[in-house]
Amino acid sequence: MSIRVENLTKTYKSQNAIDQINFEIKSGEIVGFLGPNGAGKTTTMKILTCYIPPTSGAAWVNGLNVENDSIEVRKQIGYLPEHNPLYMDMYVKEYLMFAASVYQLSNKSQRVKEMIELTGLQVEQNKKIGQLSKGYRQRVGLAQAIIHNPKVLILDEPTSGLDPNQIVEIRNLIVNIGKEKTVLLSTHIMQEVEAMCNRVMIINKGKIVADGKTEELKHSFSPDNTVQVTFNQSLNSDQLKSLNIISEASQLNEQTYIVKSKKNEELIKSEIFNFAVQNQLILTEMKLIESSLEDVFKNLTK
Amino acid sequence: MFSILSKEIRSFLSSLIAIIVIIVFLVANGLFIWIFNETNILDAGYANIDPFFELAPIIFIFLISAITMRSFSEEKKTGTFETLSTKPITDLSIILGKYFAGLLIVLFSILPTFVYYYTVHKLSVPVGNIDTGAIWGSYIGLIMLSAGYVSIGLFSSVITDNQIVSFIVSMFLCFFFYSSFDYLSSIEIFKKTDFFIEWFGINFHYRNISRGVVDTRDVVYFLSLIVLFIWLTKIIFNSRKW
Repeated sequence: MSIRVENLTKTYKSQNAIDQINFEIKSGEIVGFLGPNGAGKTTTMKILTCYIPPTSGAAWVNGLNVENDSIEVRKQIGYLPEHNPLYMDMYVKEYLMFAASVYQLSNKSQRVKEMIELTGLQVEQNKKIGQLSKGYRQRVGLAQAIIHNPKVLILDEPTSGLDPNQIVEIRNLIVNIGKEKTVLLSTHIMQEVEAMCNRVMIINKGKIVADGKTEELKHSFSPDNTVQVTFNQSLNSDQLKSLNIISEASQLNEQTYIVKSKKNEELIKSEIFNFAVQNQLILTEMKLIESSLEDVFKNLTK
Repeated sequence: MFSILSKEIRSFLSSLIAIIVIIVFLVANGLFIWIFNETNILDAGYANIDPFFELAPIIFIFLISAITMRSFSEEKKTGTFETLSTKPITDLSIILGKYFAGLLIVLFSILPTFVYYYTVHKLSVPVGNIDTGAIWGSYIGLIMLSAGYVSIGLFSSVITDNQIVSFIVSMFLCFFFYSSFDYLSSIEIFKKTDFFIEWFGINFHYRNISRGVVDTRDVVYFLSLIVLFIWLTKIIFNSRKW
């Protein structure tokens, strides 16, 4: 187990930021930590990185307790805090050298060079951090988090505030780095989780409300197949319900209907096609709607 | 600790704070000691540099506060405090790294004033007729005093994320410890305990050492002051964990 959390609770002035949460992360997993603002994502991460202690409960990183073996834990974790704080008046190389010396690496300049290559900072390596664009600052933040080759990476909203191109670049970077590491990352962007993570945890009001493989989670929250059909004229949705395989039908707009069924996609489509033929309707469109993680998220964190 | 220390020194140098502090310190001292009528050594007629040792503690109240005001305040404000304290270094080595960085800058500003000693040494009649012991004592006193100031400044910096607040608190505390006990002891109602009250002030011990007698009691006083403020700094540093 790379990360293990047991009954973790953090209380700020009688308000529970996180409340008795439990989870385990195996090594090699890339886990997306989702949740609305103030749900407790950052608090959990701060506890794991030994920045703040838990009120009760305990957490282990690679079998080391975050409170008792704090220094050892910190050696094994690479952490990119929210908003990516950096020393703006330091040069990129200078900052990375500093990070390397804090981790007491033996081959500092070698390591710094590797990090600059890995994160694509070659062009900007002689600039001051304050002069860099946000995307490049994020790369510097990532570089300092992985410079000591940590086993566990904890990234708090690594792509917030970046433009779409930068988001894709940073994402690829994280996926690349994450191949041989355990990664726990928090985000607000659902597509990000679907693109990068093999597991999702959704936290709401300090409690973990969902935890599982991305696909499983999507499926378990909407077991029905949903099909969107458009005819050439409007009809009563009750007519559609008369088909016995359809469990639910509703009108989306004048000629478009949403039908739900437990049956598989092929069967639903052929049934609807037959229905249209029988009623002398023309089918102008028929498509399966994939349930998205977004729906799951909305449902769980309402 | 050394990685923090070298980072701090670099940031002092790159932000010009160190250089400005050293220049201001030397210009102010130079003016008071060699040029201004009231205080200059040349007119005083004695082969000593006492005016320097009287003035330096006052100038240091401002300058050391300026050096230390950003050390924690800025880290807190920009959030780098979080990155720093989740790195595998103990809180104490972060604090000591910053402490010694501040102290080193101060020592660098004291270093050029040895020229004053050399000048007076050459000017005295006959050449070399100068109380070297007292001057070395005064230097040791000044170094101890600035070491105390740096620890006070560090504490003032850790209590707030606002540099101005930190600067003002630091100046107040330095001044308080430097001379307020002298003033207090001269109040009529404290007449019986005046020696005891005076003993708490930095100035009392600074004057003692300045005479050229490095008494362990005075050294212990300065060390306790430094340890006290570093300890307080550590407590506040940990306050995120309360």
